[in-house]
Amino acid sequence: MTRASTDGQRVLAAHRFRQMLAELVDRPIRLMEVCGTHSQAIGRFGLRQLLPADLRLLSGPGCPVCVTTPGEISAMIALATSGVIVCTFGDMMRVPGHTDNGSAPPTLSLAKAQGADVRVVYSPLQAVEIAQAHPDREVVFLGVGFETTAPAVAAAVLSAARQRVPNLSVFAAHKLVPPALVALLQSPGVALDGLLCPGHVSTIIGAQAYAPLVQQYGIPCAVAGFAPGEIMAGILSLVRQVRAGEARVDNDYARAVRPEGNPLALRTMYEVFRPADTTWRGLGTIADSGLAFREAYRGFDAVARHGVEVAVLPEPPGCCCGAVLRGAISPRDCPSFGDPCRPESPVGPCMVSSEGSCAAEWRYGQLAPEVREVTA
Amino acid sequence: MAEPVVTLAHGGGGASTRQLLRDILLPLLDPAHALHLEDAALLPAAAGSPAWAITTDGFTVRPLFFPGGDIGKLAVCGTVNDLAMRGARPEVLTVSMVLEEGLPLGTLERVVASMRATLDAVGAVVVAGDTKVVERGRGDGMFLSMSGLGKVQVSPPPAAFRAQPGDQVLINGPIGDHGIAVLAARENLGFSVAVESDCAPLWSLVETMLSAGGPDVHVLRDPTRGGLAAALNEIAADSRVGVIIREADLTVTAGVRGACDLLGFDPLTIANEGKVVAFVAPRQATAVLEAMRAHPLGRGSAVIGEVITDSPGRVLLETDLGTRRLVDMPGGELLPRIC
Ligand code: SF4
Repeated sequence: MTRASTDGQRVLAAHRFRQMLAELVDRPIRLMEVCGTHSQAIGRFGLRQLLPADLRLLSGPGCPVCVTTPGEISAMIALATSGVIVCTFGDMMRVPGHTDNGSAPPTLSLAKAQGADVRVVYSPLQAVEIAQAHPDREVVFLGVGFETTAPAVAAAVLSAARQRVPNLSVFAAHKLVPPALVALLQSPGVALDGLLCPGHVSTIIGAQAYAPLVQQYGIPCAVAGFAPGEIMAGILSLVRQVRAGEARVDNDYARAVRPEGNPLALRTMYEVFRPADTTWRGLGTIADSGLAFREAYRGFDAVARHGVEVAVLPEPPGCCCGAVLRGAISPRDCPSFGDPCRPESPVGPCMVSSEGSCAAEWRYGQLAPEVREVTA
Repeated sequence: MAEPVVTLAHGGGGASTRQLLRDILLPLLDPAHALHLEDAALLPAAAGSPAWAITTDGFTVRPLFFPGGDIGKLAVCGTVNDLAMRGARPEVLTVSMVLEEGLPLGTLERVVASMRATLDAVGAVVVAGDTKVVERGRGDGMFLSMSGLGKVQVSPPPAAFRAQPGDQVLINGPIGDHGIAVLAARENLGFSVAVESDCAPLWSLVETMLSAGGPDVHVLRDPTRGGLAAALNEIAADSRVGVIIREADLTVTAGVRGACDLLGFDPLTIANEGKVVAFVAPRQATAVLEAMRAHPLGRGSAVIGEVITDSPGRVLLETDLGTRRLVDMPGGELLPRIC
C-alpha cells in the first residue's frame, strides 16, 4: 500500500523545498524539464505551485509521439490502410496526421474503426508473436520512442532475425535525446539556465551522456527520477548550480542511473541501428539524432520494404506544437488550447499523449485562481 | 473527411461516452429530457409502496477469466451494483447471451456457475434469458447483457444530484484493481503484476451503510469505467458542487501504482468493480464509515474528501505535497504511453 505514514513528511519536504527556493532564487531562472514523463509528474503533483515567480519550468521535446513529424504520422496511417497489420504503442493511436490527406482517416484509431488492422501492443516482442501467428500477412511495428524504447525494438528485430520471421518489419522513427538537446541549445531565442534531464532515457544512456553539453554550452544538468522528492531534488540541484555560477551533471537519480548507463542495451541498439539524420517536429532536421537500420538488418526496414513515402508536411492548422516542444511558448499561449484542442478532440500530438505538455497542462494546469493557494 | 464512426474511446466511460449519449442517443430516445443519467432508473410506484429501480448493462471482457473474477461474476456484480447505488435491493435479473461459435461448452458452464454463485450471495434470481450464437470471429467468446430490478429501501433514494456542501466522501478500499488486473491478464505487459480484480456484489455492504446513514446517504456511485475520476466528475456536475479529495487518504496498492507509473495511467481513471463511493451528510459520516469498516467488503474504507461550495462542477485533488490540482473527466480509451 502506498498510503504511507510519510504523507506528513512529504508535505514538510514540500514546505522546505518552497522555502529553500524562495531564498535561492534571486533572479529570473528558466529551467527545462526535457522529458514528458517529468512534465506529467510535475503537473500531477502540482509542483509548479511551490515555485517562486522568478523560477520558470518549461516543457521540452521529450514526448516521443509529439516529436514524430506530421509526414511520419501520415505515412504510418497510410501504411495501416494499405492492408498490412500495424502494431503500435497505444499513444500513437489518436495522434492526428495531416488533415487534408484526401480520403485517408486522420488517425490510426479511426483507420482501425474503418477496418484497418491496427493492434496496440505493450512490447515490441508482441509484434514478433503477431507476425508468427499470421505468416501470410505483413506486420509492421511502429518504432517510435527514445533511447528507452529503441533497445527493446532492436531486441525484437534480433529475435525475429534469429527465428527467421520473414513478414515483420519496423518503421524506424526513433529519436535520440542528446543531439536534440544540442540543437535546442543552439537554436536562437531559447535561453535556458538548466536542464532537468530525463530519468528513463538516462538509465540507458547514462549521466555521462550530458557531459558534452555541460562542457560546450556551460549548461547545468541534473538527472532526476519521477517521484516528487526526486524531482524536487533535481530542481534544487539546478538552482544551486545556477546560483553558484557552476555547470556540471548532477545525478539525482543514482538509484537507477549509472554514469555509463546500460551498456548492454546500448550494444543491442547499435547492433541493429546506426545514428542517422532525422527530422523532429519543432526542431527540424538534426544530424545523427535518429536511428537507421544497419546493412545487415535492412530487410526489416518497413520504409524500404513497403515503399513508404515520408513527405514534408506542415503542422496541423492552428497547432503550435513545434514552438511548445522548443519551450518557446507554453501550451496556454497556443490559440487552439482548450478550444478546439482538448484531449478528446486533439488538434496536435502534444494534446494526445499522456506525455504531451499540452495534455499535462490541460489535465492539471487549470485551477480557478481562488483555489490556487497552497496549503503547505 | 470520412464519415464519423464509433471508436473504442466511445466505450471508455469518460468524455467520449458522454458525447455519444448527448449527441445521438438522448436526443432520439429521450426527447423530453426526462432522464437523469444515474446507475439505475426509478419507476414510479403506487402511493405508499417503495419505488422500483431498473437497470441494464452489457459486458464484454477479454480474457473471460481473470484474477479475481470472470465475465459471469462481473455481469451479476455490475447489474446488482447499479441497483444498489440507488438504494435498491436486487431482486430479479434477466440475462441475454451472445455466444461465439466454437466457445467450449465447459467454458460456458464455468461462467454460468460463477453467475449462479454470485446470485446466491446476493439473494437475487434470474427470471428470463435469451441466447444467440454468432459465427466464429464475430464475438469475443461471449458477450453478456443483463437487466435488473430491485426495490428501493430508502427515501429519498441516493442520487448523483443530491451531494451538498459539507458532505463527506467515503470509499470502501483501494482503487484501480479491476482495470489493472484485466489489463495484465489480457496483455503481455513485459512485467509481472500481482493484482486481483475487486469484482464483488455490493448490496449487503450498501445495506449496512443505508441502515447506518438512512437518507443522509446522499449519493452512491460505483466507480467502474472511467474510474473514480469519472464518478466524482459526474456527481460534481449533477449536484453543481465542487469536490475535493486528498491523495494522502486514497489507497492504491503497490501493484496498481507500479503498473500505472510504467504505462502512464492515473489510478483515478482506472475501473473498479467492487467499490462504492458515498457522499454522506457530515453528521452521519462516522456512523456510515464504522458500518462500512465492520463489513468484509469495507475493511479498507476511508473518508477521502468532502464537498465544497467553491469550484462547482469540478473535482480537485490535494496532493501528498499539499498542492492542489484538478481531476479532469477522463477522455476515453486508456492508451499506454511510449517512453
Ligand atoms: S494546444 Fe493543441 S493545437 Fe496547441 S500546441 Fe498544443 S496540441 Fe497543438
